[in-house]
Amino acid sequence: MTPNLSALFYLISGILFILALRGLSSPETSRQGNYFGIAGMTIAIIITFLSVDNFGAGFIYVLVFLLIGGSIGAFIAFRIPMTAMPELVAGFHSLVGLAAVFVAIAAFLKPVAFNLGSVGNIKLASLIEMSLGAAIGAITFSGSIIAFLKLRGIMSGAPITFKGQHLINLILGLGIIFLIYYLCISQSSNIFWSIVIISFLVGVLLIIPIGGADMPVVISMLNSYSGWAAAGIGFTLENTALIITGALVGSSGAILSYIMCKGMNRSFFNVILGGWGATDHTSTAQNKEQKPVKNGNADDAAFLMKNASSVIIVPGYGMAVAQAQHALREMVDSLKKNGVKVSYAIHPVAGRMPGHMNVLLAEANVPYDEVFELEEINNDFANCDVAYVIGANDVTNPVAKSDPQSPIYGMPVLDVEKSKSVLFVKRSLSPGYAGIDNDLFYRDNTLMLFADAKKMTEEIVKSL
Amino acid sequence: MEIDPFIFRLSIFILSIFVGYYVVWSVTPSLHTPLMSVTNAISSVIIVGAIIAALAGSTDKIFETSNLFGFLAIILAAVNIFGGFLVTQRMLQMYKKKKK
Repeated sequence: MTPNLSALFYLISGILFILALRGLSSPETSRQGNYFGIAGMTIAIIITFLSVDNFGAGFIYVLVFLLIGGSIGAFIAFRIPMTAMPELVAGFHSLVGLAAVFVAIAAFLKPVAFNLGSVGNIKLASLIEMSLGAAIGAITFSGSIIAFLKLRGIMSGAPITFKGQHLINLILGLGIIFLIYYLCISQSSNIFWSIVIISFLVGVLLIIPIGGADMPVVISMLNSYSGWAAAGIGFTLENTALIITGALVGSSGAILSYIMCKGMNRSFFNVILGGWGATDHTSTAQNKEQKPVKNGNADDAAFLMKNASSVIIVPGYGMAVAQAQHALREMVDSLKKNGVKVSYAIHPVAGRMPGHMNVLLAEANVPYDEVFELEEINNDFANCDVAYVIGANDVTNPVAKSDPQSPIYGMPVLDVEKSKSVLFVKRSLSPGYAGIDNDLFYRDNTLMLFADAKKMTEEIVKSL
Repeated sequence: MEIDPFIFRLSIFILSIFVGYYVVWSVTPSLHTPLMSVTNAISSVIIVGAIIAALAGSTDKIFETSNLFGFLAIILAAVNIFGGFLVTQRMLQMYKKKKK
């Protein structure tokens, strides 16, 4: 197959990838979009086989490795519980990053195969592209591994900070740039390996200072990095499909990071520099005098909701941890039988990744047209009888609107306190991730339900 | 003087960033998780490079170091391609409209 013809086919698969993302503009078109994506990938792989035109023993091995990887991937995809999506996505990012590193290494070791010149005499532009691809890929890999370990709970979600951390990152970052420059002059393989190793280190250092609650930003950011790494390799291989995809994924991750930062009213650099609330919240939390709270049980909650005409559910990460989404759906079903109007309110940063709550509710068979985003539903709290807050905390804190001293001041929050009564399911009065006390606990119209989210919801179902 | 092909690739790259920008902003927030898993799957088109690396060189020397890196990259990318598209499909199947 001529290079021109295959380039045209790569362009087609690039366009199919654009259509795959375009499909996600609504749930109806999304499944079709996914098929476009699969078609684009199939075309890209077949065209590569045809243009390499080497159907010897190696081809069999490629197919075998493809099937091994494919079966592992399929196995994971079918077995993974929906609550574990954040760590799955982080894990997948690390694979893309490492694959980019490996391809860059292969290109550096055998540039002839990629038309990049010969060993020790690689084209200047290719050398820059492949070392950038390798560096970003390596950062994506080690960063995603740390994110994975934090999300999985193997590593503590608490930020790890030490003195001079940012200075070290800066020096290492500049070091990588200097080494790439030096690589272009010397073509030395030792320099190339150093770039890869230092980048692995940077990835680790970049993610350890970021706390658990900032994970939505981290995952989106690593998503973006994996895209830029792919684009870097795309330039090296002069492959349009890879360049288009890299740009798409890179900008997609960047936009998601932006949306997540906006949902927390924090700047991107503020998140990256890390350590939110981990430093000085202990004093404020302990100095708080004991304020009275109203304490209720499942029967009270059932009574309130049964007699309401409208109920808004506010789910958060705690719902995912307690696996309470199915019990919640049952509760909503029996409320609906009683003629209560029920809708769900989702804060942009609820959960550990963008859209996490929506997937969990969809898994529990909640129709997507009952689930609303913050801007869509926030005015409805004023007209609603009961707000049922399950596993959410900081995103409902009215302090964000009233107290300029608060670390979360200015963060968009759900106006839960405006509803006639608030049912707040929580295990204790402990503060949320931001480390600040929630003013909502002490309001007159708030009834605290101290229990595990799932158990409480199941009990409410029983007494309905 | 002729235009370097690199400039063309750079043009494609920059235009694609713009396409990505507008397409991603039109993605509904409730599908942000599938968006991440599908972008993950499509970025594994890096397998193209892995296949070229794995099949480079003559048949009797298919296990040189560079080929091995190619084979490893194929496994990693394949996990992602199958895993990414299938888990996206699994999620999208769950999104249902209210029964009227």
